[in-house]
Amino acid sequence: MKLTGAQILCESLLKEGVEVIFGFPGGVVLPLFDTFPQYPGLRHILVRHEQGAAHAADGYARATGKVGICLATSGPGATNLVTGIANAHLDSVPIIAITGQVSRAFIGKDAFQEVDITGITLPITKHNYLVMEASQIANTVKEAFYLAQAGRPGPVLIDIPKDVFIEQAEFHYPDKVNLPGYNPTLHGHPAQIKKAAEMINNASKKPLIIAGRGVIISSAFDELKQLAETAQIPVITTLLGIGSFPESHPLSYGMLGMHGTVYANWATDAADLIIAIGMRMDDRATSKFSEFAPGARIIHIDVDPAEIGKNVRVDIPIVGDIKKVLIPLNRLISKNQHVEWVNQLDTWRKEHPLVNARITNAKSLLPQFVVRKIYEVTQGNAIIVAGVGQNQMWAAQHYWYDRPNSFITSGGLGTMGYELPAAMGVKVGKPREMVWCIAGDGGFQMTLHELATIVQDRIAVKIAILNNGYLGMVRQWQDLFYEKRYVGTPLSCPDFVKLAEAYCVPALRVEHKEDTVPAIEKAVQAEGPFLIDFMIEPEENVYPMVPSGEALSKVIEEPQKEVHIWSQQNTP
Amino acid sequence: MVSTKHTLVALVQDKPGVLNRMVSLFRRRGFNIASIAVGSCETPGFSRVTFVVDGSETMVEQVRKQLLGKVVEVIKVSDITDEDIVVRELALIKVKAPATNRSEIIQMVGIFRADIVDVSPDSLTIEITGTEDKIESLLGLLQPFGVKEVTRTGRIAMLRGVQSVGE
Repeated sequence: MKLTGAQILCESLLKEGVEVIFGFPGGVVLPLFDTFPQYPGLRHILVRHEQGAAHAADGYARATGKVGICLATSGPGATNLVTGIANAHLDSVPIIAITGQVSRAFIGKDAFQEVDITGITLPITKHNYLVMEASQIANTVKEAFYLAQAGRPGPVLIDIPKDVFIEQAEFHYPDKVNLPGYNPTLHGHPAQIKKAAEMINNASKKPLIIAGRGVIISSAFDELKQLAETAQIPVITTLLGIGSFPESHPLSYGMLGMHGTVYANWATDAADLIIAIGMRMDDRATSKFSEFAPGARIIHIDVDPAEIGKNVRVDIPIVGDIKKVLIPLNRLISKNQHVEWVNQLDTWRKEHPLVNARITNAKSLLPQFVVRKIYEVTQGNAIIVAGVGQNQMWAAQHYWYDRPNSFITSGGLGTMGYELPAAMGVKVGKPREMVWCIAGDGGFQMTLHELATIVQDRIAVKIAILNNGYLGMVRQWQDLFYEKRYVGTPLSCPDFVKLAEAYCVPALRVEHKEDTVPAIEKAVQAEGPFLIDFMIEPEENVYPMVPSGEALSKVIEEPQKEVHIWSQQNTP
Repeated sequence: MVSTKHTLVALVQDKPGVLNRMVSLFRRRGFNIASIAVGSCETPGFSRVTFVVDGSETMVEQVRKQLLGKVVEVIKVSDITDEDIVVRELALIKVKAPATNRSEIIQMVGIFRADIVDVSPDSLTIEITGTEDKIESLLGLLQPFGVKEVTRTGRIAMLRGVQSVGE
């Protein structure tokens, strides 16, 4: 029996297990929207701006491990997806963006609402398609789902002209894909794994694991834990690697990088062996490439061969899926102790804690305190979706994440406004989990219109705005590197409580420390969404901080202290 | 870092946009592509592409890995710069050739084992096949006569002996 292109698309999505589509209609996708009522298994959630659809699909994908789907019309609908697609591309998130295109006869003629979206998204998708025949839709969807998830995941875009949605064709869903040019290496080379095991077993007194998002993508938490515990190797993570190793574990030393802990950065500097697992040596994590881990040999495990040796030198490269590499590697790892090294890290942690006396004793409402209280009230069981900037760093530092995918944020692209739509997608994917969106007053204003979506579709996201009246992270750079010339960073905000109420979201404002916990408790108890506007100390800065372009050893602890340079001579 | 000319040979699926995707990876890194030659190959549905690019060893290796891993239609890519290879390029050269100069030009064409493929009262069109150096030398010798137009295919390359690229 013949089906329309729109029906074939819906059938294909159902075959791939799709349940939710975040989308926004328009002229050329009308035939598809008209078909949705025939497919009640596909839930369409109407966003208020297509960027929100892409971020929601991204949040959904990160939280569930499934492919997230977003849908937009041609022209402006498609271009509004671009930021969200780029975001998913840089953080290796499997999403599929479906865009409508003008009818085939109009393509290339600057027709109404026509853009070359496959051309525009070429460098920010893993792959993209312009489907010119209804008979090609099923094949394309099959390939798109495979490509989005295989090897290093990423976004795939499918552009479908309006008349292809209407055209009829036989529906046959293929069993497998035929992609002779795409064969990701999943199993690490046994000789390389053996070499790595020998180095870990015999040639290191100060080994250090740096875990990235690859561990989470590959679901290799148990394998990572086994490696760390068997050989007693301290573990630090990248920003996106948070949750890959329980942060309450004694061998966990937090995050490295620009706003990483002092002890994680010093450990990287002092280590004699770095085992980098599923991370891509991003400049915010490594800081100055040439001075990264100067005394260490480096084992780098990643599924993407192009990431190995890209930024820093590597001694033992292993290309493969993290889990499929760690399982055979663990078999070769012997029990070991690194007492002196672990003690050194513990001493550094004790002497240079994230939460210092000033933060503990402050009378004013500090963001670190707010995040810590959210942690305490939710007993560490919430999924935190953070924005970008100071709020993101405080959320990363002061909530402790013991579960994978419990901290979700825009890492590579650093997309302000990611938080609310992404949190929406997370909650849709994980309806039983408590989902908190931690936002800044700047980023929140970029996508706050999704409050309407949250209300319409009853998506119970809890929102904490860390409101300092500034674009805080940029202001911090102006404070430190531009002699406090705050240009373009002071920010007037609407009354967020009234605004939330206008959207029918209950809300509270907190100005004093003592009101923090009751407000958070109220939000937790509320059945639906809830917003708290925390009026935090306006000029609070994020520390520790490694100035851009400096070595990790040059991490700065607090504003009043001088730059603290870790001396190699003190190494155990 | 030492920048040298690299010859990359790729086997790709013959699909719309594949060249665009490949070239885009070079563009993004600011590589100037010195030449690019594309054509069908021994297997139907596939094409072979020869790129010549200027870049350091590490930069070129990085792009090679990206072409292979990230452009879905790319089956194989090899950097054959340091291999034992046969390299050829074809050029068409239109040169001013009034009766007074004509015999001298024809002589030169003979020395270079090039061909004259078109004749008009005032010009000759010469076809030459060879390495870039050979083409450059003929061009240099023809310059004094007045070269009106030059078009070149860019380099194509193949390993010497029985082995094929990427085997």
